[in-house]
Amino acid sequence: MSDHSEAVEHVGGTTQSFLYVWIALLVMTGIEVLLAYEQVPTLIMLTALLGLSIVKAALIIAYFMHLKFEKLSLFLTLFPMLILCIILMMIFMPDSMRSLSMRVVQ
Amino acid sequence: MSDAEAVAVESVWQGGAHPYSIGSKKFGMWLFIISDALTFSVLLMAYTYLRLSTPNWPKPFIFNPSIIFSSVMTFCLLSSSLTMVMAVHAMNHGNRGATVKWILATMVFGLGFVGLHMTEWVNLITNEHVTPFNNEWGVPLFGGTFFALTGLHMTHVIIGVIYLGIIAFAVGRGKFKYEDVEVSGLYWHFVDLVWMFIFPLVYLMSAKV
Repeated sequence: MSDHSEAVEHVGGTTQSFLYVWIALLVMTGIEVLLAYEQVPTLIMLTALLGLSIVKAALIIAYFMHLKFEKLSLFLTLFPMLILCIILMMIFMPDSMRSLSMRVVQ
Repeated sequence: MSDAEAVAVESVWQGGAHPYSIGSKKFGMWLFIISDALTFSVLLMAYTYLRLSTPNWPKPFIFNPSIIFSSVMTFCLLSSSLTMVMAVHAMNHGNRGATVKWILATMVFGLGFVGLHMTEWVNLITNEHVTPFNNEWGVPLFGGTFFALTGLHMTHVIIGVIYLGIIAFAVGRGKFKYEDVEVSGLYWHFVDLVWMFIFPLVYLMSAKV
């Protein structure tokens, strides 16, 4: 994050940096597809896919959406709340396992 | 003017100030993106919940052709993000002609994505007999969650293409400023961002070789 005044607005990444980010995103997508092809165990697969997706999302937000070059206060206003809300949604997940074991076997 | 009045005039709460050093349009789009991110998060959580609580969740996406097909769709969206960021970059340098061309390239990739997605939907509905309420595997929730998630995303892409069309048209006629192009770019990148989670969770986790 870097502070910038109105006078030096629009400072951002270069064409080269955008190209590198795009290549990195394609490579990570390739790794994800390879994991699907190799049919790795579900838990490892889910962890790897979510990990890669979060890295890809961070790259898109930081470089393509320009957030890396905005004021830190903008990031702090928007993202901690979003991340906390998403984590709170996971409170329901144990219940999904419980309902599976409660099913009546026919 | 008293001291109290002077402080009141300078206060950020009096308007005219930019606490984040960005315009109100851009901040408004960021707020929309955060709220929309929560909408998609809820849908993805609901999908995960239902998948975990349902026995025999189907894996209908055969690697060749389904996963390869959806990988090409992902490539379209990722490339459209690159062309969009180039459009914003060109507008930043005051090159309106290049901006319009890059936005049109973004729209082509976006339409390519929608075309491929529609083809996939038609194939699922006609050949695999998957509908939002029924399928041959006896797990109707699969169709419900799949069409809800991908349908909402595709709606965002279609709206994005129309939005970019309006922006490109206006920029070509010498209207709109840098911020307007940048705000439309934020929306487009968000659409790409959401797909970065739908693609692995819905497609790759349901792939079979």
